[in-house]
Amino acid sequence: MIAALAFYIFAAILIASAVMVVTSRNPVHSVLFLILAFFNASALFLMAGAEFLAMILVIVYVGAVAVLFLFVVMMLDIDFAQLRQGFQRYAPLGAVIGAILFLELLFVYGSWQFAPDAATLRMNAVPADPTVTNTEALGRLVYTDYIYLFQISGLILLVAMIGAIVLTLRDKPANSKRQDIGTQIARAEAVPLAKVPAGAGLGTLGIIRRKLPEPPKPKAVAQDDHGHGGHHGGHH
Amino acid sequence: MNWTLILPELVLAVAGLVILAIAVLPKRDTDFAASMATLGALLLAGVLVVAQPDGEAFLGQYVSDAFTKFMKLLVLAGAALGLLLAMDWNRKEGLARFEFAVLLLLSTVGMMVMVSANDLIALYLGLELLSLSLYVIAAFNRDSERSAEAGLKYFVLGALASGLLLYGSSLVYGFSGSTNFDGIANAITSSETAPFGLVIGLVFVLAALAFKISAVPFHMWTPDVYEGAPTPVTAFFATAPKVAAIALLTRVVAGPFAELAVQWQQVLLIASLGSMILGALAAIGQRNIKRLMAYSSIGHVGYALIGLAVGSELGVRGLLLYMAIYLFTNVGAFAVLVAMRRKGRALEGVDDLAGLGKSDPAMALAMTVFMLSMAGIPPLAGFFGKLYVFLAAVQGGYWTLAVVGVLSSAVSAYYYLRIIKVMYFDAGEALDPRPNSLSIVLAGTGLFTVFFFLFPAPFLAAAQAAVAALVG
Repeated sequence: MIAALAFYIFAAILIASAVMVVTSRNPVHSVLFLILAFFNASALFLMAGAEFLAMILVIVYVGAVAVLFLFVVMMLDIDFAQLRQGFQRYAPLGAVIGAILFLELLFVYGSWQFAPDAATLRMNAVPADPTVTNTEALGRLVYTDYIYLFQISGLILLVAMIGAIVLTLRDKPANSKRQDIGTQIARAEAVPLAKVPAGAGLGTLGIIRRKLPEPPKPKAVAQDDHGHGGHHGGHH
Repeated sequence: MNWTLILPELVLAVAGLVILAIAVLPKRDTDFAASMATLGALLLAGVLVVAQPDGEAFLGQYVSDAFTKFMKLLVLAGAALGLLLAMDWNRKEGLARFEFAVLLLLSTVGMMVMVSANDLIALYLGLELLSLSLYVIAAFNRDSERSAEAGLKYFVLGALASGLLLYGSSLVYGFSGSTNFDGIANAITSSETAPFGLVIGLVFVLAALAFKISAVPFHMWTPDVYEGAPTPVTAFFATAPKVAAIALLTRVVAGPFAELAVQWQQVLLIASLGSMILGALAAIGQRNIKRLMAYSSIGHVGYALIGLAVGSELGVRGLLLYMAIYLFTNVGAFAVLVAMRRKGRALEGVDDLAGLGKSDPAMALAMTVFMLSMAGIPPLAGFFGKLYVFLAAVQGGYWTLAVVGVLSSAVSAYYYLRIIKVMYFDAGEALDPRPNSLSIVLAGTGLFTVFFFLFPAPFLAAAQAAVAALVG
C-alpha cells in the first residue's frame, strides 16, 4: 500500500518535472527540473530493487551530466525564445507525427511475440541469488570474469582523456600565468650598471634609465557578435 | 584463470602508462626519449609474442595461436616502422610531443586485443581502443585545418561504423545466445537453419569491419583522411590497423561464422571486386600523392580480400602473405613520401618527385622498387603476394575475381609507372637531405621487397601454420 503510494508520488513528480523540462521558459529552470526528474527516476529504480542503477543515475547524471548541462546553458548564451518561435506553426505537424508513432507502437505491441526458443537461448542466464545485492553481483563479475574487458575499457577512457588534452591544451602565456622566479628576482635587467665619468650627471649623458622590456601582452580575445546581453548595455 | 597468457598486451599497456607518467614530468621535450622507450616496448612485446604459449584465457575472451602470433608480429612491426617514420617529421613540423608515441603504443595494444579477440565484446573494445587513438593522431597537427578536418571526418564516420558493429553484434548475440565466438559457432549448425536475424547481424558486423579496412563501398573516408592527416600518420593508417582489421575479419568469418560461408562470401566478393576496380580507376587522375596512395591501398585491400572471398585454406594463406608484403612495401613507399621536403616545407604532389632520379638516386631506386612491387612485377615481393591470392581464386573456380584482379593490376600499373617516369624523366629541384631514420626504413623495406623471392619459405611456413591454427 505504502509502496504503491510512493510509486505513484515519484512517478507523478517525475512526469510533471519532465513536462516542465520541455515547457519552462528559462533554460536554467529546465536543467533544474531535469535534476528533479533524475532523482525521482532513481527513486523508482530503488523501488524496483536496482540500487546500483539508482546510485549511478544520481552520481553520473545528476553529478556530472546535469552540471555540465548547466554550464553549457549558462555559457553558450543560446536564445531559446528565438528557437521556440515556430512552435505554433509546427505544432500540428509535430502532433500528427507523434500520433502516427504512437499508433505504430500500439500495432507493434499488439503483434509482439517472443521467439519460441527464446528461453533456451539465454544460455548465460545466472539464477538470482537473494543473498547477493546487485551491486555486489556486478562487482564480482566485472572484477573476475570480465576483468580483461573492464581494463580495456579503462584504457579506452585513458586514450579519450589523453586525446582531449593533446588536441585542446595550449601552453600559451595568454591563457595561463606561470611564476618565473628567475626573472622576478633578477635585478640585473632592472638596474643597469653604467660607467659614469667624474663630474658628469646622468642626465647629461642620457643614461636616465634603461627601458624595461615590455611584458608580453595577452592576446586580445576576439569580439564575438552574439554579444552577452548585459555587457553591451553601455553602448546604447 | 590463465592471466599470464596476455603478457604481451599487459607489458605493452603498462609500458604505455609508465612512459606517460614519466614523460609528463620534465619541463623540456621528452619526445625523443618517449619514442625510444616505445620502440623498446614494441620490441619487448614482439619477443613475448614469439614466446607466447597457445591457449585461451579469460573464459575464452582471449585466444593465442599461430594465427594471432603471425598477425601480432606484423602489427608490432608496422607500429615500430610507423613510429620511426614519424620521429623526424614531428620534430620538423613542430609536433614533437611525447603523447604521439603513447597514443601509438595504446593503439597497438588495441590492435593486439583485436587480433586476439575471441568474443564480440573483446572485438568491439579492441576496435574502439584502436580507433580512438587513430582519431586523435589523425588530428595531431591541430593547427592545420586539414588535419583537424581529417580527424573529425574519421571520428564521425568511425562512430557510425561502431554503431553498425554494435547493432550487428547485438543481433548476433540475440539470435545465437552467446557473445563468445565458440558459443556462436556452436549455435550455428548449418547455413539453412540459421535464423535470418543472425545473417543480418553478420552483414552489419562485416560492414563495420569493411569500413575499418576501407573496402568499397565503405571507403569514402579514406582519401580525405589520408590526405589531411600528417604523412607519417597516414603511413601508419595504411599499414598496421589494416592488418589488424583484416586479422579480425578473417577470424570472424572463419571462426564463428564458418557455417555461413555462402552468406559472407557474397558480401566479400562484392567488396573485393569493387575495391579492386575503384582502386585502379580512381587513382589515375590524382595529383596528390597521398590521395593516390589512399586509392592504391583501397585496391590492395581488394586483392587481399580475394583470399578471404574464395573461402579456402589456400586463400587465407594468400591473404596473410599479401598483408605481410603489403605492410613492408607500403611502409617503404611512405618513407619516401615522408622524406619529400624542399626548403623545410613538406610536399605532397606527384610532380614534386620530379628530378629525384638525379638528385637522390638511392631513394629514387627504392621508390621504383616499391612502385614496381605494388604493380606486381616479378620478381619483387608484390608479385608473390598477388600470385598466391590469384592462385587461390583460380583453384577455387572464382574466375571473375582472378580476371578482374589481373586486369585492375594492369590498369593500376599505369599510375605506379607514372611516378617512376616523373622521378627519372622530369626535371626538378633537389629535395632536402633525408634523415637517417628514414634511410634505415628505406633500406630495410627495400631489401625485403627485392630479395623476398630468395627466401619465401619461412614466410610461407609461418602463414601455413597460422591458417592451420585458424581453421583446424
